[in-house]
Amino acid sequence: MILLELLVGFLMIGCFSFGGAYAAIPLIREVVLSFGWLEEEKLSYMIAVSESTPGPIMVNMATYIGSVKAGVPGAIIATFAVVLPAFLIVIILMLLLKKLVNSGAFQATLGSLKSCVTGIILATGAYMILTNCIGSYSGIAVDYVAIILTLALGAVCFGSKKIMKKGLSPIILICIAGVAGILAYGW
Amino acid sequence: MKLLFELFLTFSKIGLFTFGGGYAMIPLIENVCVTGKEWITHEEMMDITVIAESTPGPIAINCATYVGLKKKGFWGAVAATLGVILPSFLIILLISFFLDRFLEIKWVASAFKGIKIAVGILILDAAIKMVAKIKKEPFPIVILSVSFACMMLVNIFALRISTIVLMLAAALTGLSVYLIKRHNKEVPE
Repeated sequence: MILLELLVGFLMIGCFSFGGAYAAIPLIREVVLSFGWLEEEKLSYMIAVSESTPGPIMVNMATYIGSVKAGVPGAIIATFAVVLPAFLIVIILMLLLKKLVNSGAFQATLGSLKSCVTGIILATGAYMILTNCIGSYSGIAVDYVAIILTLALGAVCFGSKKIMKKGLSPIILICIAGVAGILAYGW
Repeated sequence: MKLLFELFLTFSKIGLFTFGGGYAMIPLIENVCVTGKEWITHEEMMDITVIAESTPGPIAINCATYVGLKKKGFWGAVAATLGVILPSFLIILLISFFLDRFLEIKWVASAFKGIKIAVGILILDAAIKMVAKIKKEPFPIVILSVSFACMMLVNIFALRISTIVLMLAAALTGLSVYLIKRHNKEVPE
């Protein structure tokens, strides 16, 4: 049963994640929370682990969640499901519909989709920061340490872009955040 | 058979050495497949990037499938795609066996509390980069703002509206606006 859930959930993620890994995070979050596979806390840990290990982030998340919920078979099913739509769509496009990609109607639809996804990710990022700092609507809990950490890490992340052209790599920011977390929350 | 194995091995290396997801992989794929092995041309690489961005799913998978299919048909696509997935699959599988026990250690749990905050910032940062790429015209800006507002409400009040619904609505709106514009052009007053 859980295998079927994993298959359906990750097929959905694979079909509707346009524009790279970060674009998929809101949808992964929605699917994972609605099936109750992981709690919110664990999910954001897992995003960090996926970001810090090699390979596509979506595949990493699928493998992890599959493995935690149903062992090796779960990992295989979830990974297979998240990859399958991308695999089939590229083959179909290559064989039959190469012209479609360049058509005005397709590009217009895609452009609108991109704007929508951008809005969704912006809201997801903003909401995650908000819940870290002041809790959720159902349970408001102001966390002053988290607010200070957010301001500090935000300054490091966005400030580094002023100094270096590309800014800090996500992995380095995650490492800094880990050390800051140990200093702030104890060891 | 030799080419299949080579596709598999090459894409395993690409999968193993790219941190930070699909976009980080594109320069490496270009380097290996265009400059190194000469499997595809620079123009084809551009095509792949467009197709990868226009289709759902991990960008690395789109690229691997395309190159594999081009070089060795269906089984080439399978070999390249399996190759790009396998390293991270094995690494994450290993991590998944230990992460829970690992989190019981106090300093690890503290580190992850800090990391959780960085994840929020990274997502916001990715979103800001995407906003910068959106055309500064009324239509995309309206779609972006409405999607943002809807998603914020959904999140805060834990509404049961799927992002898929939002995305389908945006796609349909985009297509309709395009068709209406084209219709108006074809039928001048």
